[in-house]
Amino acid sequence: MIGQVLLVAVLALPAAGALVTALLPERTARITATVFAALTLVVAVSSWSSSDVSWLWVPRLGINFHLGVDGISYPLVVLTALLTVLCCAYTVWKVPEGGSGRTLSALILVLEVGILGTFLALDLVLFFVFFEVVLLPMYAVIAGWGGPNRRAAARKFVLYTLAGSVLLLLGVFTVVAAAGTSDMSMLAYGAGLSRTTQCVAFTLFALAFAVKAPLWPLHTWLPAAHTEAPTVGSVLLAGVMLKMGTYGLIRIGIGVTPEGADWASWVLGAFAVAAIVAGSLICLRQTELKRLIAYSSVGHMGFVLLGIATQTTAGVQAALIGNVAHGIITGLLFFLAGAVKDRAHTGNLADLGGLRETAPRLAGLVGFACIASLGLPGLAGFWGEAFAVVAALHRGWTTFAVIAAIGGALTALYFMRLLRKLTHGPATSALTGISAITRTEWLAWSPLIVLTLAVGLVPALVLTPALDSLASIGALR
Amino acid sequence: MTQAVNNLALLPLYAAAGTALLVLVCDLAFGRFQLFAGVLGATATVFCALFSSPRDTFCSADLCSWVGSSRAALLAALFAALTAGVLALSAGALREGYAPVGEFCFLLTCSMAGGVTVAYAGDLITLIVGLETLTLPLYILVGLRRRLAGGSSAAVTFFLISVISTAVALLGAALLYIATGALHLSALTAGTGRFTHLGTVGTALLIIGFAFKIAAVPLHAWAPTTYDGAPIPVATYLSTASKLGGVIALAAVVQRLDTGPIMAVLAVLTMTVGNLVALRQTRMVRLLAWSSVAQAGYIIAPLAAGSDGVEAAFAYAIFFILLEFVAFAVVVALRGPALDGGTIDDYRGAGRRNKWLGAALVLSFAGLAGLPPGLAGLFAKITVIASLIDTGWGWLAGVVALNAVIALAYYIRVAALLYAPIKPVGISVVDPELLHRATHPRLPVPAAVTAALAVGAAAAIIFGFAPQAIFTLLSR
Repeated sequence: MIGQVLLVAVLALPAAGALVTALLPERTARITATVFAALTLVVAVSSWSSSDVSWLWVPRLGINFHLGVDGISYPLVVLTALLTVLCCAYTVWKVPEGGSGRTLSALILVLEVGILGTFLALDLVLFFVFFEVVLLPMYAVIAGWGGPNRRAAARKFVLYTLAGSVLLLLGVFTVVAAAGTSDMSMLAYGAGLSRTTQCVAFTLFALAFAVKAPLWPLHTWLPAAHTEAPTVGSVLLAGVMLKMGTYGLIRIGIGVTPEGADWASWVLGAFAVAAIVAGSLICLRQTELKRLIAYSSVGHMGFVLLGIATQTTAGVQAALIGNVAHGIITGLLFFLAGAVKDRAHTGNLADLGGLRETAPRLAGLVGFACIASLGLPGLAGFWGEAFAVVAALHRGWTTFAVIAAIGGALTALYFMRLLRKLTHGPATSALTGISAITRTEWLAWSPLIVLTLAVGLVPALVLTPALDSLASIGALR
Repeated sequence: MTQAVNNLALLPLYAAAGTALLVLVCDLAFGRFQLFAGVLGATATVFCALFSSPRDTFCSADLCSWVGSSRAALLAALFAALTAGVLALSAGALREGYAPVGEFCFLLTCSMAGGVTVAYAGDLITLIVGLETLTLPLYILVGLRRRLAGGSSAAVTFFLISVISTAVALLGAALLYIATGALHLSALTAGTGRFTHLGTVGTALLIIGFAFKIAAVPLHAWAPTTYDGAPIPVATYLSTASKLGGVIALAAVVQRLDTGPIMAVLAVLTMTVGNLVALRQTRMVRLLAWSSVAQAGYIIAPLAAGSDGVEAAFAYAIFFILLEFVAFAVVVALRGPALDGGTIDDYRGAGRRNKWLGAALVLSFAGLAGLPPGLAGLFAKITVIASLIDTGWGWLAGVVALNAVIALAYYIRVAALLYAPIKPVGISVVDPELLHRATHPRLPVPAAVTAALAVGAAAAIIFGFAPQAIFTLLSR
């Protein structure tokens, strides 16, 4: 009973917070939003092993308000709640230009409802409903508080991702019409769906989630959105919203349509490997800081998708830990990039240099985040990439594994290039005389720094809870 | 042969017709209170429809010309509620004297009586008579303005198209009657033997005649001109109540006759053309008109599956009407009584100046695009797609999905414009914000308009969270 209350509270708290925030005066509102986000984090952390909530919502459409948390969703739920708190706190300190901080805080909380709902939903249609909740608020965040080309970027983002989510809707009802239920616990292991249905549905799911993740070549909305989005928008987008795609692929793609996933696995694997290499090569040629980090997400998500494509226990575990690690590290990277951009008033790499000279601490943190992102053993990024390659080998995809490993090396190359340009060399005029890291910034970043180390040193933090749950969602090799 | 008439069954119609009489009497006796009487009577009609138990009447054997059901009651109540809402929206314009109050209210309430009849109609003749009663007063309402001449071309277009469409529908009904001898909706069948082709032609003509009413492509050309030329409250009524009448008529025909291919073609054309043309609109009411053409496509898409899709079509229509009403109400509130809808650029920054109106318009546009926070619209979209996939029309569901993406492009363009920063004027000004405020005064919104908008938005939000209430009423 307590568990059920907690689960509902995980969604109700940010929803109520968004309403209250929208009605309060400016500064109070931002602080209130942070308080609500913090409460949500506390509830989310303590929601572990709470029993499912299941209410009939719209019987005519077969929508059950069925929520539940397990080892697969729990790390992502906590990560989402954590990043939201950090973003809200960051907004108290600094409101990006373009609109009121009150509205921005309210929108962040609405985003949190949508993302958490997606991770918690155990009903296909409910999953879809929450999947759609994030679209317009994210559009508003980019279009309202973004950079100079924000409108075009926001429109591209929302149309692209809506195209993905209508495919999801088609897939969901292809399954529901064939199976007669939308409850994921009853649909696990394919639930007797015919092979054709599974293949059709999986194709739709895979396309939908590939747009969201994003998987090369459906990634083109991402760089524009990231470059233009305000810092908090980028952090949430890269940190957790992309995970809705990979999470959906594990929970629904593999869970509900295992035969379809099996049928398409090597295609997915091939695209994942292509994404790793393409992402790295594109990154090598980037001249804008946030754009580079955005493209690095394409490569990292390629590793996650490769893990999922193998359909082995090791591969899916790699995907799960890769998800969490990418959320932590890229969240940190976008915070840092935002800090650099705010201080230098430019994100152009040609104008940036010598950060080490003018702001050694900031330069150190950027170095730390980059090294974590390129997958140095002992930091969070390592496990997901290494295990994805190992899983590909186990699956017998030697070529894919080799190419992915080469892509991993390229990742190191472009991060080294980034560090050389940004932190080394003589200080450029843009970076001269910039302010040191403020206390709020330390506050927002330190949890991510600690987690990068913690997940890197003790990957069991993420893997142990997931292991038991993996068996319940579907057949793995 | 005399038919027993169950007067209790006719209570909603009595209430609606009584409202029209009451308005007329008020106008003649007092010369005031017409609007109040109209809103009061329409509200009473809502309650009569919802809370009297549904009964059949005008029956011969087991076929009835007046068929009560909770669906009919819901639709009749919706007609009455829309009438009350549109009357309230007109309050500002009527007070300023843009149209004669008594005539305006009388005509609109007459139209409501037609709508109630359509909702309960049990045979084709009752249906067409009801539909004509619904439309006839609108010819006059579209052109009813004291000061502006622009309305007359809209009124003539609308009149000509409507009369032709009614003639076509009547011809269809006649041919179908010759072929099968059936007029009651529950007894309609396709022709057999040598009457097969005659029956098919009759069915096609009926569909075409009714498709005019909902402005389905290629029978849509009248709608944008008429909407843009009419006073905004009348355009509201045209795109909600009048369209609902057409949907009821189409649903009645497709329920018993095989019309899958023609409905599918109409639906695909309607939604695609409507959305593509809407992308290029620069005037607000024209944009809403084209978007409502596209929405008609989503409404009739599930009708391709025949009777299995009727519930989904009605559900979509009801959610759409709620959201469309909110959108038009915001336009009325933002533009004041005298003006037309204006260009889309006139709405730049309107959401910043008036928070609540901006929020209401965003809610309704999000819903029309089928996205949260317009949950009503989201469920409408889900209902149509689920129904199409369930009944084996997967490809049509794909077309609907694709169109949802196209539609978002223009809905979001307008919604974003509401919050866009103001455009710099050509000359340099010390305080552009102040100049903008001075040239874009915040118009006072009449209390009646506020009330109608609040009720509409509240209904859209409530039914967004509890859509099952609508489904339950529709299924019985």
